[in-house]
Formats: sequence, C-alpha cells, structure tokens
Amino acid sequence: MRAADLTTALVLVAVGVVVIIDALRLGVGWGMEGPQSGFFPFWLAVGMVVTSAIIVLQALGRTTTGVFATREQLRPVLIVLLPATAMVLIMEGLGLYVASALYLGFYMRWVGHHRWPTIVVLSIGIPIVTFMVFEQWFLVPLPKGPLETWLGF
Amino acid sequence: MGLENLAHGFAIAITPFNLFVALVGILLGTIIGVLPGLGGANGVAILLPLTFTMPPTSAIILLTSLYWGALFGGAITSILFNIPGEPWSVATTFDGFPMARKGQGGQALTAAFTSSFVGAFFSIVLITLFAPLLAEIALKFGPPEFFAIQLLTFSSFVGLGGGNPLKSLVSILLGFILGAVGLDIVTGQLRLTFGVTELMKGFDFIVAVIGLFGIGEILLSVEEGLSFQGARTGMNLAVVLQTWKVLPRYWRTFVRGSFIGFWMGFKPGGATPASFMSYAFAKRFSRRGDQFGKGELEGVVAPETAAHAAGVAAMLPMITLGIPGSPTAAVMLGGLIIWGLQPGPMLFQEKPDFVWGLIASMYTGNILGVVVVLAFVPLFAAILRIPFAILTPLIVVVCAVGAYAVHNSMMDIWLMLIFGALGYVFKKLDYPLAPLVLALVLGDLAENALRQSLIMSQGSLAIFFQRPISGVIVSVAILFFLLPVITSWWRRWRGGTPLASAAIGQ
Repeated sequence: MRAADLTTALVLVAVGVVVIIDALRLGVGWGMEGPQSGFFPFWLAVGMVVTSAIIVLQALGRTTTGVFATREQLRPVLIVLLPATAMVLIMEGLGLYVASALYLGFYMRWVGHHRWPTIVVLSIGIPIVTFMVFEQWFLVPLPKGPLETWLGF
Repeated sequence: MGLENLAHGFAIAITPFNLFVALVGILLGTIIGVLPGLGGANGVAILLPLTFTMPPTSAIILLTSLYWGALFGGAITSILFNIPGEPWSVATTFDGFPMARKGQGGQALTAAFTSSFVGAFFSIVLITLFAPLLAEIALKFGPPEFFAIQLLTFSSFVGLGGGNPLKSLVSILLGFILGAVGLDIVTGQLRLTFGVTELMKGFDFIVAVIGLFGIGEILLSVEEGLSFQGARTGMNLAVVLQTWKVLPRYWRTFVRGSFIGFWMGFKPGGATPASFMSYAFAKRFSRRGDQFGKGELEGVVAPETAAHAAGVAAMLPMITLGIPGSPTAAVMLGGLIIWGLQPGPMLFQEKPDFVWGLIASMYTGNILGVVVVLAFVPLFAAILRIPFAILTPLIVVVCAVGAYAVHNSMMDIWLMLIFGALGYVFKKLDYPLAPLVLALVLGDLAENALRQSLIMSQGSLAIFFQRPISGVIVSVAILFFLLPVITSWWRRWRGGTPLASAAIGQ
C-alpha cells in the first residue's frame, strides 16, 4: 500500500512539474489582458507539487503492512480492463456494435462459463437493442464498421 | 408571486409527455441505482446525449427523475444485499440489512422509501421558498463573490469531507489542472496540449465522470469478488400499510434528519456526512438506542431521510448560482450548457418556464418515484440476480456508448478507460473523486472569476477581502481549509484524545 501511495504521489509531483514548465512558457505574470495564460495553472501546479510532496513525506514516515491489491484481486480487474481495451481497439476498425458483441460474448464465456445459446442470444441481442435505441429512436450515431455498411446503414 | 410561478411550473410538469419522461427517468434511475458500478452521476452522464434533441425542460426532468430514481435504488441494494450503491447509503445498511435477514425486508424498504420521500419533500419545499431569494441576491454578485463561493465549495471538501485533507486538496488541484488543458479562450493560447490536436478542446468532464465513477467502480466491485446473496423482499400492500401506521411515531427523527440533510446538503459532498450524522443523532436520542445496528426501523429512517434531503438540497446552488453541489448536479449543469441555457441567477428571469418546471417536477418526480419503487421492488431486486458475468461487460459497453455519444469521438472512449484506471487507483488510495470532477467542471468559471476580479483590482488579492460579501465567504473558506490543521492542534493541546469527535463527521 505504501509503495502504491508513494508512486502515485511522486507521479503527481512529476505532473505538477510538467505543468509548471508549460506555465512558465506561457507566462505567469501580468499581461495585456490581465493575468497571463500560465498564471492559473502555475499556482495550481505549485500547490499540487507541495501537497503531493507532503503526502510523500507522510507515506515515508509510516509503516503499513497492507498491500495495494493482491494477485487474486488484481486478476479480475485485469480480466475486465484488458478485454475492454481490446474492444476499443476493435471498435476503431469494426465499429461499436460488432466490437461490443465480441466483448460481451468473450466475457460471458470466459468468466461466466455460460452456455452457448445464452451467449449468442445476449451478445447479439444487446447490440441490436443499443442500435434501436440510439440510432433509430434518439438519432445518436455510434461508430459503425463494414458490417453496418454491408447491411445498408 | 412565488405560488403563481409554482402553479405555472406545475402546468408544465404535469403535461402527459413530461410525466411520461419523469416515469421513464425514475425507472431507469432505479435500475441504475441498483446496478453496481452505475450511480446517479454516471447514469445521468450516459443518458445526457439522448436529451440533445429534447426540449430543455423535458430533458432536465428526465435527468432529475433519473437522479431521484438512483437515490431510491441505492436503498434497495443496501437493505436487501448489504451493498451500499452510493456512499450515502452506507448508514442504511446498518439496520436495513439486519431487518431484511430477520424477514422484515418489506418493512425496512417501506420505511426507507417513505423516509426518502419525506426528506426530499422537505428540501423541495425549502428550495421553492429560498431559491428565488437566493437568485435575487446572487444577481448582485460580481466576479469576486463568485470566486469566493467557488473557494467555499472546495474548502468544504477539504475541511468537512473527512479522510486525508491533503488528498482532497490534490484531487481539487488535479481537477483544475485537467480543466485548464486546451485552448485558453481569453488569450487564444494553447495550454498543456504538447502538440496533440485532440487535446485542444480539453477534457470533457462527462467522459471523466463515466470513466472515474462507471469504469472505476466496476473495477472495484469485480476486485471485491461480489456475489449477490440477497434477502427476500417480502413486500406487499399489507406490509406497506402496516409500516406506515408505525412510522409517524418517529416524527422527531424525520424532522431532525430533514434539517441535518438540508443543512449539510447544499454544501458539496454533504449527503454522506448528513446520513451518518442523522444516524448518530437518532441512536443518541432514541429510547431504543442500544438496539441500533440489530435491525431497528428508526435506524433506517434516520439516514435515508437525511441522505435524500441532502441529495435534493444539492440542486439549490446549481439552479441559483450555477455552481453544482455534487457530481450529479455537475453533470446536469453541463447539460444546461449543452441545451443552450446559461446557468446562474439569470435563469430565474430569462427562463422562468425552465426553472419553475424543474422545481415543480421535483414534487411530481418524487411522488411518482415513491409509488413506482414501492410497487416494483421485487422487479428491481431481481436485476441483481442477473449473473455478474453478464452485468459487468454490459455496464462497460453502456459506459463506452455514453462516452462516445457526447462528442462522437473515439478518443473519448480511450480517455474513459484511462479515467477508469485512474478512478480505481485513486479510490483505493483514498483520493476523493467528487472534488476532482467538480474542479474539472468549474475550472473555466473559477479561472474567469479570478481573472476578472484581479483585473478589477489591478492584480491585488485584497479585493476578495475588501468587498463585504466576498470577504465573509472567503474568510469562512479559509477557515474550512485550515480546519484539519486546527483540529489536529486542538487535539494535541487537549492531550491526544482519540478521534471521538471525528467519528460523527465521518
């Protein structure tokens, strides 16, 4: 837990430093139109660097035994996150509907061990319902791919 | 004058279409409140794109009804499944779940919904009375006053939010920094984009809400390995009527909870401390205080009344000042801007139809809500019996759809995933997410208020203290910012007594 706390606070310090550098480029003083562009971000970042540094010191001075996440906890998190990332990648090429059908089917089979009929019905049915609600009913277009083009939408 | 406006508002709120919209909102909201990983804020965020083509008044009625529904839905999971859907439902589990296990789930649910309704109704009446007055006062506010109120908003997260005040402060600052990314409209310069064109328009807080709360929450719940072992609802008309006969006995708890809720609620982050405080007070004053935690009806009444009073009260600063009191209110505020309305005190004069329609719809929405949830509890509870391996990917897909639809941008779906991972890490390390989202929303407003104030004073910060209203507000804000330091000194001076006083605030 301490390691995670330290890392996060240090990353925040680094982010703060990057913001300060960019703010200095923009100017942090008084310009033609009052405070310059960098003024507000500069002081925010100074505040964040100072506060995060104190959090680092606090974490260093503390000895905790807890871990951020055990291997058993991290596994299901990655099982959600990695396929979700894959889904978004597929979405770039095949559109949202096909990608979400694949993702739903994959997760239901791999994690839930559901029977194939259930998987097929749900993973095709849910994107179709989404299509009806968004594209047809509320006229909100979502990313489409070759399949939708082939079907004539 | 006020009554006339309200009557006019009712004429708008009870048109068949708006009542239908409210009903849809309540149903969807309750489902969202029941589902793990979906709460009021991201439920509203996901549905926001669907309202772009609606008239603004119907759109806000849909979103607020969704919010009421989500508040009601939180009680269902707390009582039947011992899973608080939202932080302010935690106190409801203390006595609600033991009651459900004793087979009194029906009584607990009836009490929870009725208390929610009473608390909400109390706050709505106060909003009806005070909102026009507050808007009137706010019309005289200049940039220094608005900046002062923003300062007060964020100081209350640090001073009253509980947890590590430094981490609250970091969340606020990070939110403002993320809000500063993109084109600076005053000078026309690009900030923090580092040559990436997609960053020019900045981070959209709606995407951040969906990522931080939606994806982040689902990651947390799969980590805990949720298995829903729910108690039976045991709900029927006889139980409802029988519980209603008992409830008036707790009128003191209702009154106390409503006041605590409203008072805490119009300050940001107030619903959670309000529910705990109301519970603690009820336990302290009840003759059966020692039975609390074992399944006392009063232990359900107290937190639910306060949580809903607070949830509704959070709407007050949003409609009068244009400053949201909670992430959900922030998303609605974002909606207002998208529908072409200018949030703030002028709304009462320029769009009376909208404001009074909204206020009247709070009455109709909550009346409709309590009837709907009482009637359909078993149905809503059944949602949690859907296998987790189906719910989880479904929620992820719904979040992705919502994130994309805001701007029709693939980039937003990637940002949603990144914000999801960030939300998971922050939540685990006790960095609060609500102030981050509020800072992201209010970033431009706060910066402009600060800039204009400084231009008025030619660069002197003294302006915030020289004007009476802003002087008082800024002083209170500074006090709140320093509160954690003061209390720790106080404790050390008193000889390091345990955290007894802090326990109530949590």
